[in-house]
Amino acid sequence: MISHLASASSTAVAAGDIKLPSISYSALSPILVVFGVACLGVLLEGFLPSRLRPQVQPVVAVLGFAAALGCVVSLAGTHELTAANAVAIDGPALFIEGTLVLFGMVSVLMFAERKADPDGGALVADAASLPGQGTHRLAARNSQTEAYPLMVFAVAGMMLFAAADNLLVMFVALEILSLPLYLLSGLARRRRLLSQEAALKYFLLGAFSSAFFLYGIAMLYGYSGTVSLQGIAVSSGLLGKTDFFLYLGLGLLGIGLLFKIGAVPFHAWTPDVYQGAPTPVTAFMSAATKIAAFGALLRVLYVSFAPTQWDWRPVVWLFAILTMVVGAIVAITQRDVKRLLAYSTIAHSGFILVGVAAATQNGISSSIFYLLAYGFTSLGAFAVVMLVRSGDGEANDLGQWQGLARRSPLLAGTFAFLLFALAGIPLTSGFTGKFVVFSAAIGGNATFLVVVALVTSAIAAFFYVKIVVLMFFQEPRAEGPVVVRGSVLTYAAVGVGIAVTLMLGIYPQPVLDLAREAAQFGFVS
Amino acid sequence: MPPAAPVQYLPATGVFSATWLLVLFPLIGAAVLLLGGRYTNKWGPYLGVLTPCLSFVFALFLWMAMIGRSGDSREISSTLWTWIPVNGFHVDVGYLIDPLSMTFVLLITGVGGLIHIYSLGYMAHDERIRLFFGYMNLFVASMLILVLANDYLVLYVGWEGVGLASYLLISFWYFKPEAATAGKKAFVMNRVGDVGLSLAIMTMFWAFGQTNFAAVFGGIGGAGSGVALALTLLLLLGACGKSGQFPLQAWLPDAMTGPTPVSALIHAATMVTAGVYLIARSATIYNASQDGRTAVLLVGAITLMIGAIIGCAYDDIKKVLAYSTVSQIGYMVLATGLGTAGYALGIAHLLSHGFFKSTMFLSAGSVMEGMEDTTDMRRFGALTKAMSVTHITFLCGYLAIIGIPPFSGFWTKDAIIEAAWDKGGTSGTLLAITGIVGAGFTAFYMTRLMSMTFWSKSRWRETFRPHDAPKVMLVPMGILAAGALCVGGILVIGRLLQNWLVPSVGEYTEGVRAVNPWLMSTITLIVVLFGVAGGVQGFVRRPVPTTAPVPVSPLVMAARHDLYDNAFNEAVLMRPGQWATRVLVFFDNRGVDGLVNGLAAFIGGTSGALRKLQTGFVRSYAVGILGGAVVALGALLLLRAA
Repeated sequence: MISHLASASSTAVAAGDIKLPSISYSALSPILVVFGVACLGVLLEGFLPSRLRPQVQPVVAVLGFAAALGCVVSLAGTHELTAANAVAIDGPALFIEGTLVLFGMVSVLMFAERKADPDGGALVADAASLPGQGTHRLAARNSQTEAYPLMVFAVAGMMLFAAADNLLVMFVALEILSLPLYLLSGLARRRRLLSQEAALKYFLLGAFSSAFFLYGIAMLYGYSGTVSLQGIAVSSGLLGKTDFFLYLGLGLLGIGLLFKIGAVPFHAWTPDVYQGAPTPVTAFMSAATKIAAFGALLRVLYVSFAPTQWDWRPVVWLFAILTMVVGAIVAITQRDVKRLLAYSTIAHSGFILVGVAAATQNGISSSIFYLLAYGFTSLGAFAVVMLVRSGDGEANDLGQWQGLARRSPLLAGTFAFLLFALAGIPLTSGFTGKFVVFSAAIGGNATFLVVVALVTSAIAAFFYVKIVVLMFFQEPRAEGPVVVRGSVLTYAAVGVGIAVTLMLGIYPQPVLDLAREAAQFGFVS
Repeated sequence: MPPAAPVQYLPATGVFSATWLLVLFPLIGAAVLLLGGRYTNKWGPYLGVLTPCLSFVFALFLWMAMIGRSGDSREISSTLWTWIPVNGFHVDVGYLIDPLSMTFVLLITGVGGLIHIYSLGYMAHDERIRLFFGYMNLFVASMLILVLANDYLVLYVGWEGVGLASYLLISFWYFKPEAATAGKKAFVMNRVGDVGLSLAIMTMFWAFGQTNFAAVFGGIGGAGSGVALALTLLLLLGACGKSGQFPLQAWLPDAMTGPTPVSALIHAATMVTAGVYLIARSATIYNASQDGRTAVLLVGAITLMIGAIIGCAYDDIKKVLAYSTVSQIGYMVLATGLGTAGYALGIAHLLSHGFFKSTMFLSAGSVMEGMEDTTDMRRFGALTKAMSVTHITFLCGYLAIIGIPPFSGFWTKDAIIEAAWDKGGTSGTLLAITGIVGAGFTAFYMTRLMSMTFWSKSRWRETFRPHDAPKVMLVPMGILAAGALCVGGILVIGRLLQNWLVPSVGEYTEGVRAVNPWLMSTITLIVVLFGVAGGVQGFVRRPVPTTAPVPVSPLVMAARHDLYDNAFNEAVLMRPGQWATRVLVFFDNRGVDGLVNGLAAFIGGTSGALRKLQTGFVRSYAVGILGGAVVALGALLLLRAA
């Protein structure tokens, strides 16, 4: 298939009309800045003395993200196709890019936390060495500073993923964002084997789903003769073609995307990877990967398949229902806080799919708002998880969280607030997000879907409240967890999560307006 | 019934536009005293006394301003702010000040101010005196909201406010179990009445779309007799709860466990008359329903007899006064049931009762103060000399209540009896006879009270040192006693009050069967004198045993047991209520919880089963993805075909 594409381009070369595509560097500036910072990070890794790296790398990453955010803000209102129509810089792309760099900043704070664990940060250098081996003691003191450029690369890939207007670029971006994540998942300082197993699983299944994605591109190219999203939309409107390959292509492409967002039944990697990966990485994935993947899914469905929406919407409904129900129900019996949050994230993917299925402009605005709101709540929650530890790493077993409020009422209260937000209790961003998503679905004539979503929300509320009960109304165990004093970085991450969650719960209008203004894909045919 | 003309109130101008200050003073007092905590302990009580007095002074200004206006421009209403601006339901917070509410404002702030002053002395040794004044201010503020409201919903706010203050003050000495129980009983029984009032308000909203007086009174004529009857009965239920009328009278005597000034202010002079106010305020509604008025008459007549009979049997001085209150309010309710012939008379009796009953309560408080808080009259006797001032004030109240001419009760009570007779027909005759017999009983139990307390031989322990109360208590008692003697006459002679109240309750009308008032009064007086003679014969001439004699006639036994009203309530309402609760709890545990728990178990089981799919093996995850792919592609292609 690759050769097929190659021959297509070689035909073009042979025709002798090759032209350098015009590239609008200003429109691409956020993505370019982040890529540049990632490259800079690699250079720093090579030339900076190792003792300076843990201090310098996070600063460089945060400054880079800040610069990218500045570019995004200056681009507000842009609608531009550039680089031979391969990248679309439009409302959703800019909104998602801006959100991604914000998530990146908060994640860097958690990556840089070195005080919570007495041995250093959550990510370890030389992860392959097992405790007890000769190299272990030396490696134990080192934090894995390559993690920063890796994470910045992932963010760059995600930004491109959500902006790609061409399926091949989208595939490249998918790989750019995925490969660093596979690596980062395997870097946990504690429970290394679990972490490495998670990384391997993630890699294998990711490769599997990438194959689906690529195969879908091939089918769509076969159908329409183009890999451009708008080209596919145009040709799907033409009559007289059998649309077998169109839907086959959509299905295969969709599976690749649903895998990334963790929709059931493509979700099986999520709990294992979320549990095994270092908690900062888990937090980063739960917020950033989700919004990038949803951005790409929205773009594919709303740009390429807008003319055929009546054929794919019922399938999205089906997966939305499956995802919500399975995510919420399986979460009930989880005993590990990170696995529980993983199932919670699956259920949330289902709720966002409810908004996606609306196939209206409100579907876009509500989904991206939800993703922004959920991301900050999730980052805050995982940051709290980092601070609750027992003798050997984080105290992830829920039994150890019993009576946490007696020992640390402030932290328990913080976590309870974030859980309420995840459950969608009013005065939190979770309520606002669910409200807009569900109203979008009702506007899109999917009321039954909203009924299912509400029932699932009720089930989901059970396990969130269960943790609150556990923390506040049960006696602490003797061997209970210790709430460690983290550095100001983690507290800042928690604080940002709380602040955004509260702000979007009480006064969401500015962000809602922003999402509404952004909710227009450029050049929809 | 011709449709009533739309009700118009004049907008507030001049001094009337500051009517809300009346409420503001005690409200600020309550807020400062209750929120200020112990920092206000030192000066708090004085602030508490000051605020109702300020309101009274301001009320006097308003009163003079109102007298200065012509008769048809004395109804003044104004909106303060919009409370509920919902589409289709609009409630403004505003006030209506007219002769009726003006009368009540003067009574509440005047008598209330005096009782506040008295409390300075009575509560001087209570360490929570600051809290007491906070509650009392809260009561005054709520009561003023109640009588100044121009909307039934706002009235309801005041109604609940006085209920709360009453509850807090009855159980002020909450560490005494009987006080805590009495507070709870008052609260629960009042709720029954409150349900009536709230249903009435909902009915108004349903029928008229609004709950303000102007809309309700304007619309009642065209609303049909069913609505009018429903409203009258529901409002009557509310009035029965608050005013201790049959069948909701049992809480009032128990409420006497509260401090005596509370009994005087709330459970004699003001709050318990709120029911009478409610009926008089709703005169337009009661005028529209003959059946509703009949129900009011019946309640009033039954209550006045019950109160009077039970009052004869109790030995607790405050409980006798409490049943006397029940009985006297029965007279007032009966009067309001007579329609336009009676509203003004009911209010007149309410005012004179406010004076003579608070006089007697305060005097009883003075007696208790001298007798180390004893309330058992069988332990009193021969206090005339030791408590000469108290005896005189008590005597003033006594003469007023039993209706010896020319004192208050004679004018106001006899007017009611006469109006009842004037109603005509058998019912008029029966009502008048009830009133006369009730007056005889009143004379008997009041004479019994006076005899046992003051005139009979001494039965108190040697250690007691009976003495008059300090001046801060005696002065208010004296002022109120003077009022008790003359208020009735001032109000009724020359129809002063009847004419004054015309704008609020309508033109005063004579009954159909005019009788020479002097004949009626003479008959009443003879019966009253018989009652007095009975009391003197039984309790002055004969020695009073220090414990109540046990083998007594069934009637006395029944009276001692509140005519078995509590037993009736327990058997008919409380026990079935408890059983219903148990049944519901059972149903809730087994039925609802069973369903919920079953559902939870089902979901939990599903969760456990689904969880097993998460094997941890990549191969099975890949199979899952493949299965999902087949489903997705199949669904898409099937839908395409469809």
